Amino acid sequence: MNSILNEFKSTSALCEEELHDSLYDWDTANGFALPTFEFPAVHNLNRFMKDITSASAPCQIEIQHGTTTLAFKFKSGVIVAADSRASQGNYVSTSSVKKIIEINPFLLGTMAGGAADCTFWQRELGRQCRLYELRNKERISVAAASKLLANMIYRYKGMGLSMGTMVTGWDKTGPKIFYVDSDGTRVDGELFSVGSGSPFAYGIIDNGFDFDLDVPSAIDLGKRAIYHATHRDGASGGTVNLYHVKPDGWARIGRWDVEDLHWEFQDQPKPSPINSSVIG
Amino acid sequence: MECIFGFTGKDFVMTATDSTVAQSILIVKSTEDKSRALSKRILLLFAGESGDTVQFAEFIQRNVRLYEIRNGVELSTKSAATFTRRELADNLRSRKQYSVNLILAGYDLTTELPSLYQLDYLGSSVSAPFAAHGYAAHFLFSIFDRYHRPDLSLEEAKALMKMCVGELQRRFLVNLSHFTVKVVDKDGIREIAI
Repeated sequence: MNSILNEFKSTSALCEEELHDSLYDWDTANGFALPTFEFPAVHNLNRFMKDITSASAPCQIEIQHGTTTLAFKFKSGVIVAADSRASQGNYVSTSSVKKIIEINPFLLGTMAGGAADCTFWQRELGRQCRLYELRNKERISVAAASKLLANMIYRYKGMGLSMGTMVTGWDKTGPKIFYVDSDGTRVDGELFSVGSGSPFAYGIIDNGFDFDLDVPSAIDLGKRAIYHATHRDGASGGTVNLYHVKPDGWARIGRWDVEDLHWEFQDQPKPSPINSSVIG
Repeated sequence: MECIFGFTGKDFVMTATDSTVAQSILIVKSTEDKSRALSKRILLLFAGESGDTVQFAEFIQRNVRLYEIRNGVELSTKSAATFTRRELADNLRSRKQYSVNLILAGYDLTTELPSLYQLDYLGSSVSAPFAAHGYAAHFLFSIFDRYHRPDLSLEEAKALMKMCVGELQRRFLVNLSHFTVKVVDKDGIREIAI
């Protein structure tokens, strides 16, 4: 314990010396390289992964699934929303997951699929975006950031990574949403929803969306879409987390328990399908 | 369920790709461009395993560009097809091969001729007056056999393209709402409305 304490109690002169050393010890190739993993010593990694994740495997690895996340563009930016349930098979392990990952003050990522994969690779993406910023004295574009992520995970294609993510932000070209997944797909778009509850969320957004929505209505639409998804999808639930991406970075709008929302929405009159873009 | 196809005309090639990005039963996007320009007058259309397609097409695109920069000459369509086929064939026996089917459409200024190549993930490459991959082939080859001529004018080609898209939208179970149609000729590559 003392040794740890001493490390932090060292004099400034010592610190400078250490800094000097660490600068000369810095190996650019290693420092900037992609993180590496120990692979299992098997002949074919792809087949190995397929075998242990298949339902007939003797000791099957279960990967966390079941999520609803969404992001859509409208006139005042991007709304990003997600539920907060984590399940392992039919067991709900926690209901307070932050599925919207703050990559940096201007970039958000969403989490669907394997929680560890999403957290790890988006943290790594955050590191690379910071390095880009330091080297180029300019913030990275959302297109470039999402391509960094897509290229990183494409290298591990077929080895069992499981992630479906949306990288969103505001850069010189305006608000942007990119859908990136572990197949290596990367597409630019206006509206995406990812996860087992996504068809339910699409149903709400597709029919209630209007590009000229004002901010409170857009927030309401995002909140409602997640609520309806959690209502019908057993693997989604907990709370709605919602962010708004603006020209000067993202803002966290709030967090609502879907059960509270259920009682709140229950007594509200349903909008007429004739003018469905007005969501009450 | 992806559809990519193309055919030659008198002094141009006309190509079409569906614009749908699907993820199991869900349509993720319906306005995606499934092609890359390899040079000013060579267009590469791709379909297949998601991820692999764009990754491989951009790899070919960059290497064709690198060749141009290094040697100061543009590759002919045939050379680009040969290079692409070789990359696929070499990659086929690796641990993780690209599963990509391609159509290469180009117009050569030297010969003043349009040309079309059909390549598949097993490394075959065929030069043909018309080409289609996947389910599109089942619906379209008979139409091409009946209506395609090598001296098709642009207006005739547009009509033929309309027939193809119409047939797919009429008879193919999968809902492909939008097709991206492009023309490659002496002026370069351009998207057209049919």
